[in-house]
Amino acid sequence: MSESLTLDKPRSPRRPAARRNNFELYSWAFMRISGLALVILVLGHLFIMNILDGGVHRINFAFVAGRWASPFWQFWDLAMLWLAQLHGGNGLRTIIDDYARKDTTRFWLKMLLYASMAVILVLGTLVIFTFDPNITA
Amino acid sequence: MSTTASTAAEAGASDRAGASRRSGTFYRGDPGMWSWVAHRVTGVLTFFFLFVHVLDTALVRVSPNAYDEVIETYKTPFVNLLEVGLVGAVLYHALNGLRVILVDFWEKGPQYQRPMLWTTLGIWVLVMIPGTYFMLARTVSEMFGGGH
Repeated sequence: MSESLTLDKPRSPRRPAARRNNFELYSWAFMRISGLALVILVLGHLFIMNILDGGVHRINFAFVAGRWASPFWQFWDLAMLWLAQLHGGNGLRTIIDDYARKDTTRFWLKMLLYASMAVILVLGTLVIFTFDPNITA
Repeated sequence: MSTTASTAAEAGASDRAGASRRSGTFYRGDPGMWSWVAHRVTGVLTFFFLFVHVLDTALVRVSPNAYDEVIETYKTPFVNLLEVGLVGAVLYHALNGLRVILVDFWEKGPQYQRPMLWTTLGIWVLVMIPGTYFMLARTVSEMFGGGH
């Protein structure tokens, strides 16, 4: 990114390639595609959970158990978890790249980000797939 | 997690100070720039909420009681108000994201980016008025002596 904007030696034959791979192109496209899906998934989720029919006041364990009895809502929540976490994680990656001043700061903030993404994705996926409506208190 | 946000905020603040020190001018922005700033802020806030929200939902694997207890905090007046803020942030991010997609892919998108911003904000207000009402109605009626 910043190297592609460097113009100090424009005719130098040893100027590094502006682009080593297409990762940033794919992440740009992913933000738009996942964003479209998340508009439906997240706004639908917020409407059902916070606004419709009493909103947050009717949510409890039984309500969750009723929803996750349906593969449709299991898939909805799984897709929302993965897309939101990757979309948000990629957004934070961009923000860290923009604002971190030192390479070490940038590196450790990204490591923290990737670790938290891994924890949330693994935990959330496990919860959806291993949910037990008859769990004993 | 909050270290990320504070680092970004501090870096932004020192950039602005540095720019005004060096040249004496400071780009005060265009509505399009502020829409970009708001997109970042709402995105970061939503990401941090998602982190907390997956952890609290994971309590369904601990016990029904543990989950119900933490969900009760979502029903308290203060947190209920924060939920309105969350819905507002996510709705803005969604509408402005659609605007960004139109700017990128629609041939007339760049030309209409500004009217699309006002349209976005208009839809936001139109949705948030009834949305806020339905999110807070029960909490407010319980606070002021009503009951269910």
